[in-house]
Amino acid sequence: MANSLRGSAAIVGVGHAGMGEAAGGRNALDILGDSAQVALAEAGLTIRDVDGLFTGSSFHFMPTLSTAEYLGIQPSYFDGSMIGGASFVNYLSSAALALEAGLCNVALICYGSNQRTSVGGLATMSEQQPYEVPYAPRYPISSYALATARHMYEYGTTREQLAEVAVAARRWAQLNPDAFEQADTSVEEVLASRMISDPLTVRDCCLVTDGGGAIVMVRAERVDDFEKPPIYLLGGSSATRHRQITSMPDLTETAAVESGQRAYEIAGVGPKDVDVLGLYDAFTINPILFLEDLGFCAKGEGGAFVAEGRIAPGGELPVNTNGGGLSCCHPGMYGIFPVIEVVRQLRGEAGERQVNGADIGLAHGNGGVLSAQVTAILGTAATL
Amino acid sequence: MQSAVDTFQGDGPDREFQNYLGRGEFRLQQCQACNEFIFYPRVLCPHCGGFDLQWRLVSGDGVVYSTTVVRRREEKGGPYNVAIIELAEGPRMMSRVEGIAADKVAIGSAVKARIATESDPQGERHIVLFDLAEAGSSGVTNAGGGAG
Repeated sequence: MANSLRGSAAIVGVGHAGMGEAAGGRNALDILGDSAQVALAEAGLTIRDVDGLFTGSSFHFMPTLSTAEYLGIQPSYFDGSMIGGASFVNYLSSAALALEAGLCNVALICYGSNQRTSVGGLATMSEQQPYEVPYAPRYPISSYALATARHMYEYGTTREQLAEVAVAARRWAQLNPDAFEQADTSVEEVLASRMISDPLTVRDCCLVTDGGGAIVMVRAERVDDFEKPPIYLLGGSSATRHRQITSMPDLTETAAVESGQRAYEIAGVGPKDVDVLGLYDAFTINPILFLEDLGFCAKGEGGAFVAEGRIAPGGELPVNTNGGGLSCCHPGMYGIFPVIEVVRQLRGEAGERQVNGADIGLAHGNGGVLSAQVTAILGTAATL
Repeated sequence: MQSAVDTFQGDGPDREFQNYLGRGEFRLQQCQACNEFIFYPRVLCPHCGGFDLQWRLVSGDGVVYSTTVVRRREEKGGPYNVAIIELAEGPRMMSRVEGIAADKVAIGSAVKARIATESDPQGERHIVLFDLAEAGSSGVTNAGGGAG
């Protein structure tokens, strides 16, 4: 029996703003508001039409309340479940469910952060882990470094292969005028850059930028009212196995195994059907783990898989075509951006970086220290 | 019916763990239903949901499951090791391997626990550190052995 979530809701507007460095002292909610303006304009709607609000923040403890107040709306349904950067991929499913149940009619998923121009580093409300504090790991990079080291130990993954992920991201970024980092780079440059927490260098880490994004979702029955080609949520699922890295059962395998399987099952598709991917690349190990766990290659083969430009422009599997968190933007929680990029690819409006004939896209969010894994499968009308 | 106020008395799991370390004893909780050892300390077994947990002395033997070097600048104290140790009894914990250069700590190396005492702004804190097993550590029974 087909899952009722499949194709029940569609994205009819997306927008982003303030990528890199936001201008003029804009704060997190200003950037969110700018993004919402773009997404709502695409949908031909106004902020007054929004009655479902889905948002998370590193700046506001009660993000849905602060955002509703700022926007001047009184939504009939809101969700601010906080699972780190993966939250925004998770909101796709919760918005679709709320729409299907009639709890709201226009869902706005939105995010804004001015961490670069305000804090100058990662803005996070993450609490410290009491049994980690005495050993002073750098949060979150040391946790990812420990996962990377174990993957290298078990599967022979190399620093060169990790560097290939960063280089592929940069080459995509060079095709995206909105990406923050545009300079040429190379495997050699990544390897020679400053080590932060072995084996991860500064170039194995995502950017620290500002940025915001917004997504407008409605019930599928209404898509004819909108100008943009509807992009349907075909399937979505979230999974977790741990919060802190010492509780992760296997440092080389994430809960993307579960989120991916469930999302594929709802969508009725598999990895072979996916034309374009947005994988949350907080660190270079992430896409390697997710390509394995989401079934694009066998466990342990992710390093070899990303080598020789396979996920770069011109490669056989387009991954993070916006430049990713490594080269496009990473305002602290990146999850809304892979969704927005996949939507633009499926609409066929990605310009120089357009993947030809893309009908099915996969956006994958990661939160905490590989702790939350959320997979969403998106498709054009042709995939219904 | 007994009230919750009467039932949940005495030191909580975190404080009990510290109390034992302070006496030079490295103890972990063991579930009396499924026999699994657990870490970090808590009030139920995450393996089976059992609530009957008993504090047991552990061997202090472990293996480096993963390791990293935090590249702190020299003027701030220099680089240091952060490792995940898999204990012989099963659980993993974050710690630091000492007595060897931070970047020489290797996954798979046998290590032995040692209790150390450090001061921080909140007061004194007992922590578990590890040395290479070959280094001839006398193990976990030496209270307060060495500063962190």
